[in-house]
Amino acid sequence: MAKVLMKGNEVIAEAAVHAGCKYFFGYPITPQSELVAYMARRLPEVGGVFLQAESEVAAINMVYGAAGTGVRVMTSSSSPGFSLKQEGISYLVGAELPALIVNVVRGGPGLGNIQPAQSDYFQVTKGGGHGDYYTPVLAPSTLQEIIDLTEAAFEIADTYRTPVILLGDGMLGQMMEPVEFKDLTEREPGQKEWATTGTRGDGKPRTITSLDLNADALEKRNEHLQKKFAMIRQNEVRYETYETEDADYIVTAYGTAARIAMNAIQKARKAGLKIGMIRPITLWPFPEQPFIETRDRVKGYLSVEMSAGQMVEDVRLAVDGRAPVSFFGRTGGVVPAQEEIYEQIVNISGGVEV
Amino acid sequence: MSMKTVFERTSGLTETQTHYCPGCTHGIIHRMVGEVLEEMDILEDTVGVASVGCSVLSYEYFNCDMTQAAHGRAPAVATGIKRVLPDRFVFTYQGDGDLASIGIAEAVHAAARGENITVIFVNNAIYGMTGGQMAPTTLIGQKTATTPFGRNAAVQGLPIRVSEMLSTLDGTAYIERVSTHDVPNIIRTKKAIRKAFETQKQGHGFSMVEVLSSCPTNWGLDPSESLDWIKDNMVPAYPLGVYKDSQKEAGQ
Repeated sequence: MAKVLMKGNEVIAEAAVHAGCKYFFGYPITPQSELVAYMARRLPEVGGVFLQAESEVAAINMVYGAAGTGVRVMTSSSSPGFSLKQEGISYLVGAELPALIVNVVRGGPGLGNIQPAQSDYFQVTKGGGHGDYYTPVLAPSTLQEIIDLTEAAFEIADTYRTPVILLGDGMLGQMMEPVEFKDLTEREPGQKEWATTGTRGDGKPRTITSLDLNADALEKRNEHLQKKFAMIRQNEVRYETYETEDADYIVTAYGTAARIAMNAIQKARKAGLKIGMIRPITLWPFPEQPFIETRDRVKGYLSVEMSAGQMVEDVRLAVDGRAPVSFFGRTGGVVPAQEEIYEQIVNISGGVEV
Repeated sequence: MSMKTVFERTSGLTETQTHYCPGCTHGIIHRMVGEVLEEMDILEDTVGVASVGCSVLSYEYFNCDMTQAAHGRAPAVATGIKRVLPDRFVFTYQGDGDLASIGIAEAVHAAARGENITVIFVNNAIYGMTGGQMAPTTLIGQKTATTPFGRNAAVQGLPIRVSEMLSTLDGTAYIERVSTHDVPNIIRTKKAIRKAFETQKQGHGFSMVEVLSSCPTNWGLDPSESLDWIKDNMVPAYPLGVYKDSQKEAGQ
């Protein structure tokens, strides 16, 4: 297929349709509203259903109902609306229902603003709702990568029977880039024998629930979930490294911040500084391996985020005190400039010889 | 001497023993729903949605596929199911705390959209499972754990009449309020539930049956007194009858 110029939010929507998602339940919120509008036009063309819910709370529960029938289904929102979906996400995890939830992050807390941010990292990677759980979180940094990760998100969701979060930000959602939709390998959607579709032709009644009044039984259910999370940790970690082999210092960043940091790193390389990059693509499970492999030979790490310092906590856990970890971030919807990241790199490396 | 069967289990319910308190009418309402699903021969084509409250475990009692929804969200969950599977029967079974308090938005909007689902709304004017707190449907003067001096309109506001309210929405097709306080009313309850599922079968849109029900445990009354309490106190505040019948109004 030829390249097309599209807006990030629309790329997410088209990528989902491409991955076989025909059901969307959502609520308008800036800066992800183009996604909702795109689905409203697009889904009827593929015989699917678009429904604007009365609230984010209703939308995520419609997703819960649809997911229970075994179809690929999604919703999308931005930070304040994502908070409202947290109860529903906890239920999806508890009842083991696959679904895609998109969070196009904006400035917070509270109503915040509509500018790009990465300040929902804690919320999406540490559970977020009530109970012991994690959800896989995929964080693309280009519009082309959105396509790959949206498909991967549905695959992970179906494989592990879990909700998966695609984490963008206002900049990725609003920017335009040329993208190419490659033909997907035709795959038979696996039979979801647990789905509640009426029992005609398929035996005894089934129940979808997250309730277990017996403490021992609920503990067993939780152990089952924990085993699943361990499998996801083992199989689904994704990251990218750039010139880490000879690096004295490694910058780490994801999503939009990683794009800007990359330009700063390239400038630093030109100035003779040995700087590398680790770009987490899955934020949960967090890619610890590239940190473990480099922590005993680098002089330090710099985590660059559009937040007051959230991912840096996972970086410190992975580095485990074996190298200094610094942080640079802008908040409130301010996007860090390449120049200021460059200055940070120069500072931690002890300056550039001119 | 030949024996004649005069009473049987309905295949609409499982053989699981219910956890309901003695004298609670949830069991009767479950049976009416189960009998209707059996008689319409739609058990295998039905997905039910259990809510949060005393009836949370109804998924163990209805003999069909069931999904358990978050508190108040059953109509949204039912919407998700029905939009994917429009040829299946989808119903919710919700109490007054679930539907009229925390879930009122989902109930109103499912009704406004004319979702082709059936809502069984059990109104006993109190929160049962959490221990007898005030519900939106608690009567003026009624003592509960959170209105120990009786519900006072000036402090706690006035009860919500859900059937009357939802019947003002153009998306609703059939709405009836019935009661369980004696046999004739139980028979009318079953007829109303049948009518609601028939409405869904014909694709007319949102149907709801509000069933006045008892809560001997939290009302502090015995089962027989509870039935009298429904008749003497609830029925005057929540008049029985058909509030919406869009087909009849359309003269069909």
